[in-house]
Amino acid sequence: MEALSSKKKVLEQKPLNFWERIYLPTIAQGLAITMSHFFRKPVTIQYPEQKREFSENFRGMHSLKRDEEGRERCTACGLCALSCPAEAITMIAAERKKGEEHLYREEKYAAVYEINMLRCIFCGLCEEACPKEAIYLDGDIVPSDYLRKDFIYGKDKLVEEPLNQ
Amino acid sequence: MEIADIIIKFILVVIIFAISLLIALYSTYAERKVAAFFQDRLGPNRAGPYGLFQPFADGAKMFLKEEIIPTNASAFLFIAGPSLSILTACIGSAVIPWGQKLTFGTTVIDLQVADINVGVLYILGVVSLGVYGVMIGGWASNNKYSLLGAIRAASQNISYEISMGLSIIALLMVTGTLSLREIAEQQHGFWYHGWFTWNFFKQPLGFLLFIICAFAETNRTPFDLPECETELVGGYHTEYSSMKLGFYLFSEYINMFVSSAVMATLYFGGYNFPFMDLIGSPNLVAILGVIILFAKIFFFIFFFMWVRWTIPRFRYDQLMDLGWKSLIPLAIANIVITGVVITFFK
Repeated sequence: MEALSSKKKVLEQKPLNFWERIYLPTIAQGLAITMSHFFRKPVTIQYPEQKREFSENFRGMHSLKRDEEGRERCTACGLCALSCPAEAITMIAAERKKGEEHLYREEKYAAVYEINMLRCIFCGLCEEACPKEAIYLDGDIVPSDYLRKDFIYGKDKLVEEPLNQ
Repeated sequence: MEIADIIIKFILVVIIFAISLLIALYSTYAERKVAAFFQDRLGPNRAGPYGLFQPFADGAKMFLKEEIIPTNASAFLFIAGPSLSILTACIGSAVIPWGQKLTFGTTVIDLQVADINVGVLYILGVVSLGVYGVMIGGWASNNKYSLLGAIRAASQNISYEISMGLSIIALLMVTGTLSLREIAEQQHGFWYHGWFTWNFFKQPLGFLLFIICAFAETNRTPFDLPECETELVGGYHTEYSSMKLGFYLFSEYINMFVSSAVMATLYFGGYNFPFMDLIGSPNLVAILGVIILFAKIFFFIFFFMWVRWTIPRFRYDQLMDLGWKSLIPLAIANIVITGVVITFFK
């Protein structure tokens, strides 16, 4: 058969010569290689204490954003839940009452907003679907836990900081 | 023997026993650390500073694990296996001279438990007993993988014992004695009458054969076929759990320690070191000698680990080929050459 490229290299299998047959020089060579690794800097990243830097487009835990005045951006339109291929997002909408204008930007808001982190596949479609720029996957790695119910994150964990102040 | 002598011997036995257990304990730590460094990792570092309490955590784990004796196993032999294994591992250190005699006034303390005139034979005997623990354990497990591991261990140890014995014969032709104390004394200092005193320089080929056989006898890589994980699950200790498994693993490290001590004593001058005659106080020389001996032992233990993380395991037929077709002829040739040199040049 004709060769497809000129890169093909025919290897010739020669019988081992004397020095190769007594193994010892090659063993010494191998020992030298491992010894050179002995003094090399370990590549280990000791995870909980040290963290490797995430890339710019890393998708981690979700956060529900606030606008410049500290009001929740989410208007509970449900596009994120609709776009979610893993069906991880549920929400219950509520109407904004008088005197709550400083809390919610739109007239409708999410009274309950839950993401099941065990279902979420961190695809980022919710952040693409959101018309209000309210959800971003810009957080850390989702921490481990013992019970499945503890992986259903509510607004207390998702909404950006000023809510809890 | 006087009462005082017996007490001194007893204390010495306890110290040596404790030291060999401690070294075996920390060899497991060292093995993991050394392996990590060879593979650009950190190794255990969570239990205590630098992970120094790791062996105790491992030991506690071994003690607390559930003890399982399989239904179809022979219970007595199943327990006898690891017990025999650790027993033979521990008694090997009895004949090793740890240092020169210490003198306090009229009391002379001999840093050797038993200076018997057949020390080398004793070592060989203990080493060949060691395989019984593995064989009995593998047989009693009533598991085909264990049995295969045990068969491999038996045939491997028998094959390599021959070349080990033959390489020692060449050494004995040079030293003319079987007592380890006398062999160590003959290697006094480092340089005498225009040649090195250490037996390594008189028997380089013999040492090479001996160290290869020592690897095989202690079941270390590249000769760890009895516990070959890729083929035999866990080899002869597949069915073992809890401290019985701990005993098997422990005896491997004690064996490593004892064979390092034997190699240091037979070939690398034991407790002797260069320029030891320049130090005036004999007690200081003795204590320094003990430290030097342990330094040599630690180097050999490190070498065992170094080789383990460098060379892959032999195939079974390669192992037998190496043992029977290469090492034994070489050992016999070494005896002949040694005999010729002794006859015509001395």
